[in-house]
Amino acid sequence: MVTTMTESPATPAEPPQPVPPVDGPAIRPTVPPPARALPEEGAAAAGSIEVTGLNVFYGAFQAIRDISLTIRPNAVTAIIGPSGCGKSTFLRTLNRMHELTPTARVEGSIRLDGTDIMAPHVDPVQLRRVVGMVFQRPNPFPTMSIQDNVVAGLRLTGRHSQAELDEVTERSLRRAALWDEVKDKLKANGTSLSGGQQQRLCIARALAVDPEVILMDEPASALDPVATLRIEQLMAELRQSYTIVIVTHNMQQAARVSDETAFFTMGEERAGYLVETGRTIDIFTNPKNQLTEDYVSGRFG
Amino acid sequence: MTTVQPPGRSLEGGSGGAADRLFRNGTRVAGSFLVIALIAIGVMLWLSSSQAFGTFGLGFVTGLTWDPVASIYGALPYVVGTILTSLIAVIVAAPIGVLTAIFLAELAPRRLSIPLTFMIELLAAIPSVVFGLWGVFVLGPFLGHTVEAWAVEHLGWIPIFAGPAYGIGLFTAGIILAIMIVPTIVSISREVISSVPASQREAMAALGATRWEIVTKAVLPYARSGIVGAIILGLGRALGETMAVTMVIGNGQDIPHGLFDQAQTIASKIATTFNEASVGIQTSSLIALGFILLVITIALNVVARLLVWRVAGPPGAR
Amino acid sequence: MAVIAPAIKPAIATRLLRSRSDRRRAAFDRTMRTIALLAALVCVVPLGAVILFVAINGAPALNLDLLTKAPKALGTGGGAASAILGSLQMIPLAALMAIPIGIAAAIYVAEFSGTRSARIVRFAADVLVGIPSILIGIFVFTMLVLPFHQFNAFAGSVALALLMIPVIMRTSEEILRLVPGSLREASLALGIPMWRTVLSVVLRTGLGGILTGVMLAVARAFGETAPLLFTALGSRLVNVGNFSKPMDSLPLFVYTNARAPFTVLNQQAWGAALLLLLIVLTINIAVRARSFRRNVS
Repeated sequence: MVTTMTESPATPAEPPQPVPPVDGPAIRPTVPPPARALPEEGAAAAGSIEVTGLNVFYGAFQAIRDISLTIRPNAVTAIIGPSGCGKSTFLRTLNRMHELTPTARVEGSIRLDGTDIMAPHVDPVQLRRVVGMVFQRPNPFPTMSIQDNVVAGLRLTGRHSQAELDEVTERSLRRAALWDEVKDKLKANGTSLSGGQQQRLCIARALAVDPEVILMDEPASALDPVATLRIEQLMAELRQSYTIVIVTHNMQQAARVSDETAFFTMGEERAGYLVETGRTIDIFTNPKNQLTEDYVSGRFG
Repeated sequence: MTTVQPPGRSLEGGSGGAADRLFRNGTRVAGSFLVIALIAIGVMLWLSSSQAFGTFGLGFVTGLTWDPVASIYGALPYVVGTILTSLIAVIVAAPIGVLTAIFLAELAPRRLSIPLTFMIELLAAIPSVVFGLWGVFVLGPFLGHTVEAWAVEHLGWIPIFAGPAYGIGLFTAGIILAIMIVPTIVSISREVISSVPASQREAMAALGATRWEIVTKAVLPYARSGIVGAIILGLGRALGETMAVTMVIGNGQDIPHGLFDQAQTIASKIATTFNEASVGIQTSSLIALGFILLVITIALNVVARLLVWRVAGPPGAR
Repeated sequence: MAVIAPAIKPAIATRLLRSRSDRRRAAFDRTMRTIALLAALVCVVPLGAVILFVAINGAPALNLDLLTKAPKALGTGGGAASAILGSLQMIPLAALMAIPIGIAAAIYVAEFSGTRSARIVRFAADVLVGIPSILIGIFVFTMLVLPFHQFNAFAGSVALALLMIPVIMRTSEEILRLVPGSLREASLALGIPMWRTVLSVVLRTGLGGILTGVMLAVARAFGETAPLLFTALGSRLVNVGNFSKPMDSLPLFVYTNARAPFTVLNQQAWGAALLLLLIVLTINIAVRARSFRRNVS
């Protein structure tokens, strides 16, 4: 069940660090040492998200209770926890996608780089260009070619020259580690790709509008292990330029990929709440809360 | 009909034995009735029109004169009248119908969409003959005094807008047809639009699209062929509509030249002359007209349904 | 603390504000949404217009005379009694023929679905629904009028039944599909034979929806004129019980009197139209309100 990585994904800045294999059935995921130093606490760096006292309701039902946490810029923050505890709901409030559901209501504040994203002068349309999202099941637009998929978001803001579109297409596909595989068939239909390729296409599409933050809702759960690995490698590369928040069911994935982890669980009346948050290595090796310890050692969830 | 029964949803293995078989055959007979009726309609219409087609050949479809005295019958004026009225109906009804479907499916809050849907369904329930009565005494004169009069005065130098405009004619018939087919277009388009997966809308929303952009760039492209199917189904309905058209289209016997001319459609011609027709070549010609209409409507129906299924799936799989 | 600021991208706070092109997009969005709303309202205007004018013009004519007197020659008075009685006879007979066949066919397609013949039946129903009703009238004319050289009300009922059967079949089939398979399986597991499972369990579960479909089909048949033009023909004489002779119907009455050159008869047409509209709309509203309430609860 548990795969321990004998080699952490190679990032340009550091030599591969071998992690010693564990004897016997290891339940707790092993966390590789941090790949690089995180930006300092307190620096008002671009792309930080500060959530304070967040409550989310669907009609009369409270889905999320009183969450406060800070998402560091240029880092991968993983949100873990058992299913149904509001992780995806939380993620969707970060780019106001919850507003697509008419009965959704939010209390509390979410500040992106200091600006309250729920403020009246903030249009969700603009917010979503700054905070992009990749979904659990790849959802390329089936009536569009690969190139049209990538630039779909870009095209919303007016006319661009073909040269500009081509440049953005290449840049985004390179960043999503898909360019080499599709550069000869940019006109092919977006759905003609494999599952893993489609997901990277969706990532490229999200990158093309130049966001600061990328939200990923279980991006690899519908993919095979090889494709999953590529997505995880991608996340490690992307965090240098973007802030990444991912929701995942897969604890090992969270341990492999993230710098910070937030652990949610279901509380009274099925409202999700935040149990603990911190550096990934602390959460998994030395959690402060018993519930966290129980979850990461596999005793429930 | 021979059937091989796959497991599926069939209810084999019940303990009813003979009663079950009887039940099964009974319902099968009822089902066959539908198929037989369909075939019989096609066959009878064909047989009854064979005299006309035999006499005039394909020239029947292109023939310009309908002269019982000289026993010469040609369908073209009525074919043209049918096509023109239906075209006007679709041109008017399709944009309004699709926009309404978009509104009801994507944009409207429930407290608006529910009563509006209800009212549009009521519109579909109004009998054709009531529309005709309203058209003859209310809509026709209204259009004649307003739209048609204005067009004749300002655009009358263009041949198709030439007067005189009585309010009774092609244009009014087209407008009444438009009113009658809008509910069809709305309800089927709406079904198709609702079947577009939510993930498509979310993907477009997450890229920073306004609500209208989500509709035009994600929903409509996906639903395109289904919406076309809905419009074709509306067209099919317009082609076969009889009573309302008969009452407002007047009695033109030639190919109409202008929008405001009187004319006849296939259905209205049959409705007005069938009972006075003498059995023989005249009746056969009228039935031949009907056969042409039958072929066109069935073909359109099949094509339209295939298009709708491409988007919304066949009814069993929805 | 060295801060390397990426100087090229504008600050997030700026990006969250609307640029001029964003304002344009927002305005366009509002405009198109308003246009869509207007389109929906435009759809509904004719409903009001028709009801309004039929009510205004028909109310004065909808009196006891209209309801009880037979038509008189040359527009000297009379009423729609023959038409009303005709409708009240032909429609129930048509329903009697159409409902069993329609529901039985629906059961066949829904319960034995997946077989090729079920798909064929379904396809036939879909095609039949789209056939113009006047052509159905011609068909029945050739089968039931021509051989007997006699327009007759029975042919009229058959024509109406042919219109109703595919509609009833399709709506019933949809309802039957909605009944969960687990219900059927549970019943069969109890040893109840299939035919009883379908009749007592499945049909009863779907009865409300099926009834809705039937009522709507009846309402539609009530307003149909074209199929009766060459079958029942219509008649000025009151015909009670004789299905081998022509019979009038309410929609036929409206049609004939609308075209008559006498104002008195035109007014009777309005009155009859009001009566027809009341009947048809009442059935529709009652039926839809009932199913709406059931859906909501």
